[in-house]
Formats: sequence, C-alpha cells, structure tokens
Amino acid sequence: MDSIILQILNGLDKGSAYALIALGLTLIFGTLGVVNFAHGALFMIGAFCAVTLKKILTLSSVVEDPTKTDFLGKPLKVATPYVESWFGEATGAALIDWAVPLAILFSIPIMIGVGFIMERGLIKHFYKRPHADQILVTFGLAIVLQEVIKAFYGANPIPTPAPAVFRGSFDFGVLLGFDPNAIIYPYWRMVYFAFSAVIIGAVFAFLRFTTFGMVVRAGMADRETVGLLGINIDKRFTIMFGIAAAVAGLAGVMYAPINSPNYHMGMDFLVLSFVVVVVGGMGSLPGAVLAGFMLGILEAFASMNQIKAIIPGIDQIIIYLVAIIIILTRPRGLMGKKGVMEE
Amino acid sequence: MLGLNKKDTTLFLIVIGMAMLAPFILNPFPEGSSLAQMFNAGYPDLMQRFVIFGILVIGFNILFGLTGYLSFGHAAFLGIGSYSAVWMFKLVGMNVLPAILLSMIVSGVFALLIGYVSLRRSGIYFSILTLAIAQMCYNLAYSVLGNPSSNFNLTNGETGLQLSLNDPRILGSATTDGALPVTNLFGAAMRSSYQWEAGSWLFTFNVGYYFSAIIMLISFYISIRIFRSPFGMMLRAVKSNQQRMNYTGLNTRPYVLAAFVISGIYAGLAGGLLSSMDPLAGAERMHWTASGEIVIMAILGGVGTLIGPVVGAGFNEYFKNILSKINDDILHTWLSFLPDGLENLLVGFLHYFVGKGWHLTLGIMFMLVIIFLPGGLVQGGQRIAKLFSRKKDGQATPPATQTPAE
Amino acid sequence: MSTSNFTRRGMLKSSAMVGAGVALPTIFTASSAAAYMNEPTGASVTLGFNVPQTGPYADEGADELRAYELAVEHLNGGGDGGMMNTFSSKALKGNGILGKKVEYVTGDTQTKSDAARASAKSMIEKDGAIMITGGSSSGVAVAVQGLCQEAGVIFMAGLTHSNDTTGKDKKANGFRHFFNGYMSAAALAPVLKNLYGTDRNAYHLTADYTWGWTQEESIAAATEAMGWNTVNKVRTPLAATDFSSYIAPVLNSGADVLVLNHYGGNMVNSLTNAVQFGLRDKMVNGKQFEIVVPLYSRLMAKGAGENVKGIHGSTNWHWSLTDEGSAAFVKSFGEKYGFPPSQAAHTTYCQTLLYADAAERAGTFNPCGIAEALEGYEFDGLGNGKTLYRADDHQCFKDVLVVRGKENPTSEFDLLEVVEVTPTEQVTYAPDHPMFAGGALGSCNAG
Repeated sequence: MDSIILQILNGLDKGSAYALIALGLTLIFGTLGVVNFAHGALFMIGAFCAVTLKKILTLSSVVEDPTKTDFLGKPLKVATPYVESWFGEATGAALIDWAVPLAILFSIPIMIGVGFIMERGLIKHFYKRPHADQILVTFGLAIVLQEVIKAFYGANPIPTPAPAVFRGSFDFGVLLGFDPNAIIYPYWRMVYFAFSAVIIGAVFAFLRFTTFGMVVRAGMADRETVGLLGINIDKRFTIMFGIAAAVAGLAGVMYAPINSPNYHMGMDFLVLSFVVVVVGGMGSLPGAVLAGFMLGILEAFASMNQIKAIIPGIDQIIIYLVAIIIILTRPRGLMGKKGVMEE
Repeated sequence: MLGLNKKDTTLFLIVIGMAMLAPFILNPFPEGSSLAQMFNAGYPDLMQRFVIFGILVIGFNILFGLTGYLSFGHAAFLGIGSYSAVWMFKLVGMNVLPAILLSMIVSGVFALLIGYVSLRRSGIYFSILTLAIAQMCYNLAYSVLGNPSSNFNLTNGETGLQLSLNDPRILGSATTDGALPVTNLFGAAMRSSYQWEAGSWLFTFNVGYYFSAIIMLISFYISIRIFRSPFGMMLRAVKSNQQRMNYTGLNTRPYVLAAFVISGIYAGLAGGLLSSMDPLAGAERMHWTASGEIVIMAILGGVGTLIGPVVGAGFNEYFKNILSKINDDILHTWLSFLPDGLENLLVGFLHYFVGKGWHLTLGIMFMLVIIFLPGGLVQGGQRIAKLFSRKKDGQATPPATQTPAE
Repeated sequence: MSTSNFTRRGMLKSSAMVGAGVALPTIFTASSAAAYMNEPTGASVTLGFNVPQTGPYADEGADELRAYELAVEHLNGGGDGGMMNTFSSKALKGNGILGKKVEYVTGDTQTKSDAARASAKSMIEKDGAIMITGGSSSGVAVAVQGLCQEAGVIFMAGLTHSNDTTGKDKKANGFRHFFNGYMSAAALAPVLKNLYGTDRNAYHLTADYTWGWTQEESIAAATEAMGWNTVNKVRTPLAATDFSSYIAPVLNSGADVLVLNHYGGNMVNSLTNAVQFGLRDKMVNGKQFEIVVPLYSRLMAKGAGENVKGIHGSTNWHWSLTDEGSAAFVKSFGEKYGFPPSQAAHTTYCQTLLYADAAERAGTFNPCGIAEALEGYEFDGLGNGKTLYRADDHQCFKDVLVVRGKENPTSEFDLLEVVEVTPTEQVTYAPDHPMFAGGALGSCNAG
C-alpha cells in the first residue's frame, strides 16, 4: 500500500511536467493549428533562464588571494559576487539561494518575447503549409536553439539547486500512519506539483472567464467565422503563442532544481509530451492534462520492482505501449475532437 | 525503354550515369590538396551511404510521397533489417545475398504487422502510433533484448550486434588465423577496392559501392514503375481525398497497407545493405531521431518527386560527414591567406558551425530549405533551370519586339 | 600527368605512378604495394581522434580533443614537452614519430556505435589515419575496436570502463589505458569496508546497458566478498532523466547503501534525485545511509554540484596528484587552456604518447610491430605510477584512485579529493577471470 502511494506521488510530479508541456503544445495547436516541435526547446530555454539568472546573481569581482594557490601554483583568485558586496553578505547569499524562484519573474518576459519572435518571425509563415512542413521547420528550430544553448553553456548539466529551505524531504509515512521512511517525498517536488496545478488552473480560468479567452476558444472552434466577425484573431493568436511559450518556460524554470539543466533536456521531453498530447486527443486541453498525469503515474508504477519482475523492461516502453492501446481503442485519444489532424 | 516514358527514361539514365561515375564525380579535387582533404567524398564508406540511404528514402517516399501517411518510425525497419542481416552472417554464411534476402523478408513481415495495426488510424494518430512502436523496438533492443549475460541476447545492446570469432557459421569460413571473415558476394569481398591513379587524382572503385549502387538503381526503377502504375494512381487518390475514395465504396486500406509494406521492405533492404558493408548493427539506427532524419531527407530532396529522395539523402549524408570533420586546425589552414587578426576572428566565428557545431549548421541549412523551398532541393533545381531558360528567352525576344518598332 | 607529391593515402609507390594511370587491387584499402594499411610514405603521419563532439558527452569529448592537441604539440617538439619529460621511456625526441611530423584528423562519435564506426572508417579510408583513438563510452570503444581490427590499424581506447573492452570483446589491435569496472570494485571495496563496516545492505541502481551491467556485476561481487548483502539490483532505462520512481522505494527496502552504477547525465540526475529525497540524512538499520558512485569524473561532479560532497567513488586519475608526471601534465595543460585536465584528457594524452613511443621503439608504424612493442611493456612517469600493458588482454595495470566529493572546495575544479591510492597488486586479476572470459585477442592485423 505504502509503495503504491509513493508511486502515485512520484507519478504526480512527472505528470505535472508532462501536463504543463502538453498544455502549451495543445494551446498552440488548438489556436494556431501548428504542430510545434520546438516546444521542448522552449521548456529547455525556461530552465536556462534559471541558470542564467543564477549566473547573473553570482557575477563576481575577482581578487587574488596571495595566501592560497591555484592548481598551477599561482595566487588563487577568490570571487565575491557583486550582490554580496552590494547588499551585504547575508542578503546577497539569500538572493543567490533564491535564484530559481526569482527566475520565474525573470523568465516570463523573456519567454513571451521568445514566443512573439518565433510566431511573428517563423510560425506565421507556416499556417498554410502542410503539417509535415510545420513539424520539420520547428524541429529544425529546436535543433538550432539547443545548439546555441550548447555553444554558450556547454553540454554538461549545470547544477541549479532549489532554495535551502526546500531541500530535503517530507515523511508522508508518519503522517499517514505507516512506518517512518516508508513514504518520503522531497519538498521541492511538492512545490513543483502545486505550482503546475496553479498554472494549469490559471490557464483554464483565463480561457473560461475572460473575453480574450472566449474569443480564443471561439477561434479554436472555428477560425474562419471568428475572423469574419471582424475580430483580429491573428493578434490574439500571437499573444496565445507567447502565453504557451511562457507556460513551457515556467515549467522549465521550476524543473531546473529537480534535474540539472542540460542543452538536450528539451528533446528528452519532446517525444513524450507529443505522445501525451495525442493520447489526450488533439486539440483538447483537459485531455492533455489528464493524459499527462495518467502517463506520469503509469510510468512511475511501471518502474516498481514488483512489476518489473513480472515483465522485464516494462518501464522502458510503458508510455508507448499505453499510447498504442489508447489510440487503437479510442480513435481520437481520450478527449480528442473529430476531424482534427486526421488527414 | 523498359516500359518507361521518355522523360522517365532520361531521368533513369541520368541516375545510372551518376551512380556509375560517382567515384569521379565525388572526387573533384586532386589528392593531397587541402580542398580534397575536406570536400572529396569519393571514399567507399560515404559513397555506400549515399546509395543505401538513397534506397531507404526512395522507399519512404513511396509511402509518404504517394499516400501522405507520415510514418515517424521508419527507422525501426532499417534496424530490423540490419539485425537480420548480421544474424545471417553469424549463423549461416558471409555471402550477402541470403542476408539481404532475410532482412527484406523480416522487415516485410514486421511492416505488415505494424502497418496493419497503425493504419487503423490516420493523420497524426498514425504518426504517433508508428513513432511509439519504433521507440519500443529501440528501447527493447538497447536494453532488455541485448543483455550479453542473458540467454536471450538478440541485439547485444549498446555495443551493437557484431561478428565474433566463435560464431557458429554453417557455411564455412571459420577462419583459423584469428581474423574475422569478410562479407562477400560469391567471393568478391564487399570491402575490396580498385584504385586508379590518374595524374594527381586518385579514384577508388569499391565492390560494395557498386553492388549497393546496382541495387539502388533497381529500387529506383521499381519506384518509377510504382509511381506510374494504376496502383500509384490509387495511392495518390488516397492522399488527395481518402474520404471521397471511401464513399465510392472502395476500401483503400489494402492499398495503403501495400505501400507501407513495400516501403518497409525498402528500409529493411537498406538495413541489410548497411550490415553487408559493415557487419555491425546498432540500436541507435532505430531511435526516433533516426526516423526523423529519414523524414528530413525526404523533405529536403522533395517529397513525391522521383529523384528527390536520392538528392535529399546525398545532401544530408554529405554535410553530416564533412562538417563534423572540420576542426579549427583545418580552418586555420584554409584561411591562412587572410591577415592574422582577421583570420583568428573568422576562425573563432566559424568554430561554432563546424566540428562540434555541425548540428547547428545542418539545422540552419535544413530550416532554410524548408522555408524557402517548400518543394525541396528538387524545386530549387527547377527554379534555377527556369531562370536559365527564361534568360535564353529574354535574349531571344528583344529582336522580335524591336521589329515592329522599325 | 604524373606527379609524385601525394601524401594523403601514401599507399602507392611513386614509381607506380608513371603513365596515365595504374589500377591496383586492394583489400579494404591497403594496397599490395604497401607493407601494411595506410603506411605513411610522406613526411608526416596522420592520427585519427574520434571523440564525442555532440550529444551528452560533448564536453568530455572536447577535453579529450584538447589533450590530443597538446600531445601532438609535444610530440612535434612544441610546448614544454609535458609528460614526455617524465615518461620512463626516452625514445621520443620531440621530432614527431620516427622523424615524421604528426598530423591529425578529428571526427564525431556522437556516442553512437554506428556513427563512431562511420567516422573512424572515413578517417581510415579517406584521411589515411594509421591509428584511431578516443571515445567516451564502452559501446563505442568496442565497436570501433572491432572496426580497427578488421581494417588493420591500431585502436588506442579513450574513456571506456566496461570489463568487456579488454574482456569478452578484446582485440589484438586494441589497447586500453583506462581502468575498468573490476578494478573500481577491487579498489573501492576495502575503503568501503573501513568506512561503513562489513554489515551493510546494498541496493544497486544500474544503467541498463553494457557498461552498467559489468560494473554492477563487479561491485556486487567485491562487496559481497567482504560480507555485504545485496538487497536488490534495479535496472534503469538509459534514457531516463528522472530517477525518483527508482529511488523512492530504496529506503523501504531495508538497504542502507545505495550504489549508483550510472555515468554522465544519468549519474548527475540519479545522485541529485537521491540527495533530494534526503537519503543521506536518514538512519536505516541503526546506521547512517550512504551513497556510492563507483565511477567518478570531475565533469560529472561539476554537474551534480553540492550533491557529491562526501560521496565515495573511484577514478583513473585526478589533477591534484602531486607526482612528477601529473604535475608536468597539469602544468602544460593548465597553461594552455586555463583549467586543469579531466581524467578523460589524461588517459587520451597517455594513449597518444604510448602509441608514439611504441612506434619509436619498434621502428615502424606497422600495427603488428607496435602491438608487439606495447605488449608486456612496463613504464612509469605518466601520472599513475608504475604501469604494465599486459600482453594477455592489452589492459593497463596501475594504481587506482579512490576519491571523495570534497566538502569545502576552493575552486570550481577542486571538487574531488583523493582518499586512497590503491596499489596495482590489489586490482590485478587473472586474464581468464570469469568476468573477462569468453573472448579472444585473435591475431594482429596489419591490413
């Protein structure tokens, strides 16, 4: 029982990441009708926003310390971050410690900007092109983006820890009446889950309760008619693309402490999040979220030793296997709409 | 000729000529020159890759170009073909013909099964089904099916399936001198070459290359026939409007399934040939990025055209090989004619686009082609051709227009 | 039409070039006119440096490439000579190899056995490379080693830690300087015994591919021999990025030591996850919970950041060693590039020097001559103390370092500290040890 609860918890945060990325993908697909293979790259750029902010905060004045030597026997260069000399050591250190949460604010304008540039500069010209062309040009863009990041930051993962208060883990086992250590769960992952729940809720509320959202939803349903009503749907779609980019970026920022960001983390998530979108059903936002959590939890279950003992290697293929079964039994995924991307 | 119309015959003859003369065409620079070091592509391994990937993409084009079904898991058949061929070498004999035959059969069977399942859906649902199946194949081949310490080691995991000295080969050649036997066609080793020294040029004629090239030509011929046949027309009709086809009471699925199996066999054939040229089959051949690369090659060249796939495959393989081998040292040699400061600056800039940055360059080139040439490189070629013919017209017309003025 | 100034493949004698053209039959590409594959006939000799330039190990590959460039510089008489001055053999004179200037070509393995083989092939067929070296994974090493054996050139392995490289898949033309899974286990076990006692329960997380399996086997055998109990061995997908679902059940299993048989990005993520889950703060069975990472590298330690503090593992070499050879190497590398070399850089630098020295001593570039010169060769002064290139399996036997993540690093490179230098005798095994059985060197191939 305790191991089942444990894997549900594990699945929830995996699912949160899948759901956030899939949500953005579906927003773009649903509003613009574009299959965006660069969405994983946006997630990656988000994570690197956190890395960059941490780098900015740790920009340092360098003083040579003659009492110590470096590896070549020369005087050791001691770096003091500017923020520490400006705001005092304690405040400065706290700022650096909180780099990741601060990066949320830092990343939103950047991600929206990246989204705007992408939509206006490239995607816009592909609305009328076949889906295969859209997939390939955004795939090319994804390669270019990740290679640019690699040129600046290298291929090695860059540690970006969470603030000190969120390190360590919480013992759910004691809370629920199991043995101590039976169910432990890191604080930051709980934060991640809560954060993604808030974002998902915000996106839905935005689409549900604002006029802007209503128009966009109308546009998703029938683009031509909305255009005929004299509404400038294009402009709204650009904004929508920016929002989707920001969602992916925020997912990335908050993911940075979970796994050290590296340049190809976007590609690692890309295929899985596409599977998630399709399993959820093309064009369905609730479907994307549902499928994200479902596949996340199933993936966590499949990695349980008890299950791996019955079917070796099941954890390697579970997502694909489930995707195949669902697509074959439900023609348009869990909640897909008829006629969307079926040609 | 051979039941082809005039235009197709010309195209086919051009392809035959290019394939046969490839060792000359690909080695335009004299031996030892610094240009040759980088840009010459006339060495056996790369030439073999040109034609083998050509076969792969020709087959993919029969499915994607004609029916519009975008398979995102085509690399699985390449991998399956490769493994089948290596197993044939390990268990039966080093002759390449049975190995290639087996890889075609096995990948054909897989294509039939996978196609039967995934063609129940269309559009992106089909793409994701093929992708998911191929990724399952890849993941299993990389780990569970490839553990050397288990009894069931089908793929040898990360290292890739390769020959070893204690293979139980039925048909002979368990060599005694501690060396592995080589793949051959009735005694003609795939890796043997003739070299021809003409002046300062050196041309290499490789048995494996010519063998693959001939198979590529046969595949190309079959693909032309398919494109021009009633069956091909039917597939195009599926692409333009499958629903209407269904309303006419026609069940289109067997036709699409046939196209899927044919293109799967093509991919298996390419895999078998890859293993015949170099008897190692790695799981990475089945990874989704490899499938993506097939799609890229097809679109680069021009989907739905006859020659496009070959052009796209050649373009991709060429730049992949060349760009990744350029390093700073070579850049310095090339740019040594510039003043030192400028040279260093330029090398520092180009540094990001070659060697470890070859992905970046390829990504940019690839985006440019898709943005500006929706019909692929073939369209680019047509545009250039049109430009020239218009110029000719332009020169021809002025006298005509001047006449009435007189 | 005839000229005689071609150097690239150098397979044809200039006399054969008179006239319009001469066709020569060749096998692979070594012609009957040459004594062996890619025999250098001009004033230079070409080496092929095949390293990962893209993919997750690109940084490690870049470091290998730096070391190769440094080695070439030193071989050609440039720079301060580095470890050439401390090397016990004095055959190298700084005038290239056998009087020929050393040139090199580079390629990208992409850490894929297919791509690595294609890249190596192009070096052999097109650039006339006489030796291939490099790589950052065992799958690639085994695949390229096989190719070099068939082609008839020497392969000097880069970073490859699987037992199989010089075990099941060993080849007559292949040589490995780097240590292996068995040696890691043999070096680590006594240290772990002293630190954590003999009554421990180990839980293995293993990357599901060749290298992971052999390391898991080695570590489990060594720790079980000293009394530890292995609770479970769990395989994780290589493509996994989040290890939470594998790590969460560990505490519940009764294990009090977690062994992470992961490398590169896998290791960075699994260790980060394990520390996130607070495993190291827990007490299990009345003992402090511990994590062990059998194969360490500085680049990985950098990626895992603070999480490596106090965690033990083994490494082939570390820049903080103070012997003469290491100091010379760190100095010349550090002055050229501004940071200390990694263990991957060290092993590739050594391999290049060892190859050059063997050619010099053998007086030929013939792979068979070089293999003979390397087999059973004992040397010193390359940073690992006295070292033997064993003839039976072409594996180097030398001291192994047990390291620990440093608690108070003084710089961004100062991440590991050497805990113990395990002497060679303790890590040596018989050539027919069951973990290495099943393969044969075969005979050397000169093309």
